[in-house]
Formats: sequence, C-alpha cells, structure tokens
Amino acid sequence: MSTTEPVISVRDLVVGFGAATVLDHVTLDVMRGEILGFVGGSGAGKSVLMRTIIGLLPKRNGTIEVFGKDIAAANERERRSIERRWGVLFQQGALFSSLNVQQNVEFPIRENLPDLSPRLIAEIALAKLEMVGLGADVRTKYPAELSGGMTKRAALARALALDPDIVFLDEPTSGLDPIGAAEFDDLILTLRRTLGLSVFMVTHDLDSLHAICSRVAVLSEGRVIAAGPIETMLASDHPWLTSYFRGKRARSVRH
Amino acid sequence: MTAALTGTVEGERVSLAATGVWTAERAAELERMVDEAARRYESVRSVDIDLQKLERLDTFGAWLIERLQRALTARGASARIVNLSDTDRGLIDEVRQVNHRQVNQQTAVTEQAPNRVLTTLDSIGRATAEAGWSLVLIAHLLGALTRVALGMLAHPARLRRTSIVHHLERVGLRAVPIILVTTFLIGAIIAQQGIFRFRPFGADIFVVDMVSVLVLREVGVLIVSIMVAGRSGSAFTAELGAMKMREEIDALRTMGFDPVEVLVLPRVVALVIAVPLLTFIGAMAALYGAGLVCWLYGGMAPAIFLARLREAIWLPTFEVGLIKAPFMALVIGLVACAEGFEVDGSTASLGLKTTASVVKSIFLVIVLDGFFAMFFAAIGM
Repeated sequence: MSTTEPVISVRDLVVGFGAATVLDHVTLDVMRGEILGFVGGSGAGKSVLMRTIIGLLPKRNGTIEVFGKDIAAANERERRSIERRWGVLFQQGALFSSLNVQQNVEFPIRENLPDLSPRLIAEIALAKLEMVGLGADVRTKYPAELSGGMTKRAALARALALDPDIVFLDEPTSGLDPIGAAEFDDLILTLRRTLGLSVFMVTHDLDSLHAICSRVAVLSEGRVIAAGPIETMLASDHPWLTSYFRGKRARSVRH
Repeated sequence: MTAALTGTVEGERVSLAATGVWTAERAAELERMVDEAARRYESVRSVDIDLQKLERLDTFGAWLIERLQRALTARGASARIVNLSDTDRGLIDEVRQVNHRQVNQQTAVTEQAPNRVLTTLDSIGRATAEAGWSLVLIAHLLGALTRVALGMLAHPARLRRTSIVHHLERVGLRAVPIILVTTFLIGAIIAQQGIFRFRPFGADIFVVDMVSVLVLREVGVLIVSIMVAGRSGSAFTAELGAMKMREEIDALRTMGFDPVEVLVLPRVVALVIAVPLLTFIGAMAALYGAGLVCWLYGGMAPAIFLARLREAIWLPTFEVGLIKAPFMALVIGLVACAEGFEVDGSTASLGLKTTASVVKSIFLVIVLDGFFAMFFAAIGM
C-alpha cells in the first residue's frame, strides 16, 4: 500500500528555543500510505518535530513540504486546505472539555463543512466514534468522565472526522494497558487500510514499532540518525540503536 | 471535480450510477441527491448502485451510499452495490457494520422528550439546592479551618510562615497601589459631590463629617473587600481549581497532608492580615483625596478640614471599619477556596467557579456589612 511518493518531506529543518538547538538539520520523508514510527530519547525533540510540521512551532531554517507544497510559502487558503487534510492526535487527547464526545467529533466537520445537514454531521460523527470502537453510551459523556483509553479513542475519532490523508499521533499508546495498546495498534492498522491513511506516529512503544510500523525513524542529538524498516534497526551496530531496540526492555518483545 | 448520481430505468430494474468524487467537500449536494433518489425510486423493486465510475470515496461518500441502500431496502426493494472496487470495499463494509451497530443501539436507547414545565421546576430546584449547598460548603470549610487552626495552637511550628508571607505579598503588598488609587478617587468624588450639593445650604463644612464617617465606617472596607475579592479571591479559586484538575490536591492528600492546612490556611491567614491593613491604607487615601478636593475645589483650608475632622469622628468610627475587615477577609477566603475545591475536570467549570467565587464573595461581604450595621447600631457604636 505504501508508495515511494512522499506526503511529508522535511529538509534541513532547524528548530531551537533561545540558545538551544533542538532539531539540527533534520531531513525526513513520510511516504503515502505508510505508518512511520518516530522514536528517540525523552526530550530529543520528537514532539517538537511533529509540532513544527503542523505549524505550532516556528522553524529557523529548512523547508517542510506537505502534499508537495511548501508550507511556509503557502497562502492562507492553501494552508487551510492542507490543514483540512491532516488530523492530529495530541498526547493528552486535547478534547474540548466543554463539549461532549459527539460534539467534539462534530466540531471540525461543522466548522469546515457548514453546508452539511445537522443529521449527516451527527451520523458521520457517530460513525467515526463507532469506527474507533466507542459505543452510543460514550457519545454524551464529557472528556472529564472518560478513561485514558476512551479519551485517546475519542481524540482519534476527532482527528479522523474530516477523512484526513495524514494523521499525526503523539504517543498514542502511552498510558494504555498492553491490551488497550494492542487494540489501538489494530485500530490504526484497520483505519489505514479502510481510509488509506498515512500515519506519522511519535512513540516509545516497542510493540507498536514491531507490530504496525512500516518504517522507523530515529532522532538522536537533533538529527535523524537512521530510518528504515524495523529489521534494519535491529541489525544496526549504532550504540543508541542497539540499546534502544535490543536493550533489556526490548528483549521480551522480540520473542 | 464533480459528483453525480444518475438513474437509468431498465424495465423493472433501475441502475443508479454514482460518478465523480464522493468526498466530504461534496457531501452536502450528495446528501440531497441521495435523499431525492431514495424518494424517486421508492416503488422500484430492484436497484443497482453502480460504483464503476467512482473516482474517489471517503467515509462521507460511503456513508451516503450506505444510507441510499438502506433507504431503498427499507421500502422492500432489493438494492445491490455493483462494481465495487477493492480499495473501496473495505470502507463500504466498515460503514455498513458501523451503521448496523448504530441502528441496534438507537432502538435500545429511546429518548424521552423533556416536559418544559418540569425542566423549569427542575432548574429552579437545582439552583436553590445549589445555593444552599454552597453555604454548607463554606460552613464545612470554616469548620475544617477552625480545626486546623486550633491544631496549630498546639504545634505553632507547623504554621507555614513562608507560604503566609508569600501570599501576604501577593494579596497585600501588591494590592497597595490599586487600592490607594481607587480609594483616593472614591474619597475625592464623595467630597466633590458633597460640596456641590451642600454649598447652596451653606453647609460646606459638614462635607467633612459625611466623607469621614462614610469612608471610615462603610465605604473604605467595602471598596477594599470588593477589590480583594476580584483580585485575590478569583486568583485563589483559579489556583485551587487548576490544582484540583491536575490531581495535585489528591497528591497532597495521599502524602498525608491536609489541603486545608497546606493550601487554605495560609491564604486565609494572609487575607485576614492584609485586608485590615489595606482598609486602613484605603481609608487614609480616601480622606486625603477628600481633603484635597475640599481645598482645591471647595476652597476649605486644610487646617479647617483637619479641625472639623477631629470633631466629626471619634475612635469608634475608625474601629467599626477595622473590626469588620478581618471578617470580610475570612468570607472572601472561605468562598474562594470552597469554590476552588468545587472545580471538576472541565475548563468550563474552572471559569464558572471563578465567576461564582467573585460574585458570591462580593454578595456575602455586602450582606455581612448589613448585619454589622445592625449590630453596631444595637451596641451604640
């Protein structure tokens, strides 16, 4: 399903705060239809890269192209249309706490497609909630009443509300139990198959990397030190890769 | 990029061809087409939904195709989807499954239409109960605070002096400039109005009596309390509310700390110390403003103003204002902290409780002032 055509292409990206340089000439591609797992130590700047791509952080240098368009050069309308084609799942879900679950999913649909009938908006929102495995009993609940797993699912449903081409997932399985995390992995696989998604996934979950990622990119000391299928990572001699993928915690996963 | 749904009748059979791009952007017009087609062909026995010329399909399009099929089937027709590409099959299947689940659940969940009279009565009842409940909460917190404070008497070392000094700076020291300016202006305005109204009667000199009694007994402490409720009460509620949302209060509790001791007591003590001081400063500023206006606007020499002031007020006038101040501070602190603890997980409730904190404490401060007026009248102060 993956092709060699990049949907996101990052070139020589430099991002820093004050005197610190977090990303130092990062170059990375996300191909159409693939699930890219993005790993790196805590504080290495994984989330910074994601937030820079989606435009929440300013960059110092380099280019970011999404769907072949340079984001920095795009005008307001082009930007809107690009933004409409991606969905973001934030680490804490970032559901709007004053709206219930169904309203959270309806929100992007209603704002972007104001001509739709309320009936269709509600039906699509409920369909998205069903797709992520949330039943009718959850839709009237408010974010404060949800468990961690339900919050992630509801946030994923909202990220998928407009049928995006790319979804950004920031540590989607963190805080979930292994069963819940495995279910979430399956869910992402299923959704990629049915909706034809490209997935950019920041994660620490070795299981996810093994189970669903078509490719893995590794960020260390502000650079992408390796990118490729998980097998390449396992075969590498790089000390960081060795300790990450073949360390104590990794051992149980591989067998 | 267009989308269309065209029907061709072949005897008993109708073929509906879905063409073009069936995606979210087109969903509004597609919905109209789908609903119209469902109406038009409702009596047809057999319908083929032909997807051969479909260029692109997303959940919105798939949902509408599913809706069309469902509507036709519901009227007894046999509706089939033909020429479904492999890429779209997964989506159509998924949507169909989802829809079946939804239909099953919807029959299970029957929603009752609310009775308008009942909902009105319901909301009146809830509001009343809530008002009563918030008084109970304040009383509860007052009790907890008293217990903690009595415990402190036995172990004075446990009093959080750093915290108290920190809050004292925030609610006291940093409030001085704004309190000075506000009360100065209030004193000046009252004096100006007094001179303006009293002069026709030749009673200029009594402006001093009016301003001094009013400022020292009532207005000074009220203005300061209202300013403190808006400035510090709201901050306390927001802080405690945010701490509650982020489970910091639960963390304190599990470590064996009493949130009332750690969070509420220092804040309330700081307020109880700061508000009388601010009231004093405020009263002085108001008198200064009044004196200045009397001199510059009313032509009353400062010496005359001071001489009249000495006659107009006696120590109890001053005491009445200052005695009230710590009680006002206690009310503000209790309301602010009680509301802060009432915040639940949502950001909306944080805003709601902060507003409620300010409104309730200002209301209670004024009610309390009324009780004090009766009390002091009764004891002849």
